[in-house]
Amino acid sequence: MAEITVRLNVNGVAHEGRCEPRKLLVDFIREDLGLTGTHVGCEHGICGACTIMFNGEAARSCIMLAVQADGAELMTVEGLMRDGKLHPLQEAFREHHALQCGFCTPGMLMTALDLLRTNASPSDREIREGISAVLCRCTGYQGIVNAVRAAAPTLAAGR
Amino acid sequence: MKPPKFEYHAPRSVEEALDALGRYGGDAKVLAGGQSLMPLLNFRLARPAALVDLNPIGSLAYIREHDGQIRFGAMTRQRTIEFSPVVAQRLPLLKEATHWVGHLPIRTRGTIGGSIAHADPSAEYPAVLTALEGEVVARRATGERVIRAADLFQTYLTTSLTPDEILTEVRLPAMPAGAGYALEEFSRRHGDFAIVGIAALVVREGQRCKMARLATAGAGPVPVRLRAAEEILEREGLGDAAIEAAARRATELVTPDADIHASADYRRHLTGVLTKRALTRAIGVARG
Repeated sequence: MAEITVRLNVNGVAHEGRCEPRKLLVDFIREDLGLTGTHVGCEHGICGACTIMFNGEAARSCIMLAVQADGAELMTVEGLMRDGKLHPLQEAFREHHALQCGFCTPGMLMTALDLLRTNASPSDREIREGISAVLCRCTGYQGIVNAVRAAAPTLAAGR
Repeated sequence: MKPPKFEYHAPRSVEEALDALGRYGGDAKVLAGGQSLMPLLNFRLARPAALVDLNPIGSLAYIREHDGQIRFGAMTRQRTIEFSPVVAQRLPLLKEATHWVGHLPIRTRGTIGGSIAHADPSAEYPAVLTALEGEVVARRATGERVIRAADLFQTYLTTSLTPDEILTEVRLPAMPAGAGYALEEFSRRHGDFAIVGIAALVVREGQRCKMARLATAGAGPVPVRLRAAEEILEREGLGDAAIEAAARRATELVTPDADIHASADYRRHLTGVLTKRALTRAIGVARG
């Protein structure tokens, strides 16, 4: 099928591209927009590494089509930093050793962002349930739980 | 791990979607939240000639109360259901079940209509639809029909929807006020596919059971309504002996299959264990 034009906003910047309908959103983000912070893991919606914010909600970009993002507002991990400063969630991840190899980290950050958006002070159980959406094969989950817990009040205060 | 080629349609109305679907004579797939279909495309287990994407049809996302029913547009996201005050008040069993559906970033995209039409036997929403005796509306170019839960699920990933139909609405009767409910599930990791799940509803009058509802996920090719187990409670009340007897009966009512996750015997065993847990918790929160 012919290529389709996709116009979307990513991290506050308007983009336009053309692609086949079968192109996955994560590949469009990485290959066409050059934003390689979003990682491709399992490519079937299990590992969560490709999680982005799609119109303000966390979603897996490996099981969405780029053409479905026409007119959408996306945020990827590159959009977290402001004025050269880490986002409070990123700061907490660094502080609490919440990353080892870093492969799952973009997905963890975007998932945690939506978790804290909809639950300002989650219990440890709720944090674990939330981040169970993303697989960390370094299995450094405890540091991630600590980081999300620590970031919660900072994010709540910033709202 | 990339989808095969397909034609893509982004209709703006159900009529347009039905029109597009009709052009492919069963060789097109309807794309709802995509949380099951997209992996199948990535694996190339599905190779449809075309995708008809329902996401642009805003009119398919709603939650309405009507005549004792709660009606959900097929494209209502699971996250919307999770936070809906109407669902919390009128269908708390559905709210509880929603926490078991996939993970947070799955539920932001996944829809109630998609989950039910996909008919994965381990999925929670088909079990809830079965337990509550809900129904779905199927539209085709020439009209629409209402399909009861009992007539919908045929076998693994197969419903009585025809290739020219689109599931447009899910209808669940509001739960009686004070009804007890529980969804118990066992999976290896929260959010994974259920090995077995049990949806339970109990309406009590003191120690008497006015109505019991039990339905399974993962214990066979379709959700199983455990009517004979329900009858034990309705006949013998809500005491421990009746719960035990109902749980035992439940294991006899299912015909689970074995797969890499669990043997048939284990699934049968879990059906009993989870029925007992679900009933105990449902009875505990029931008022009346």
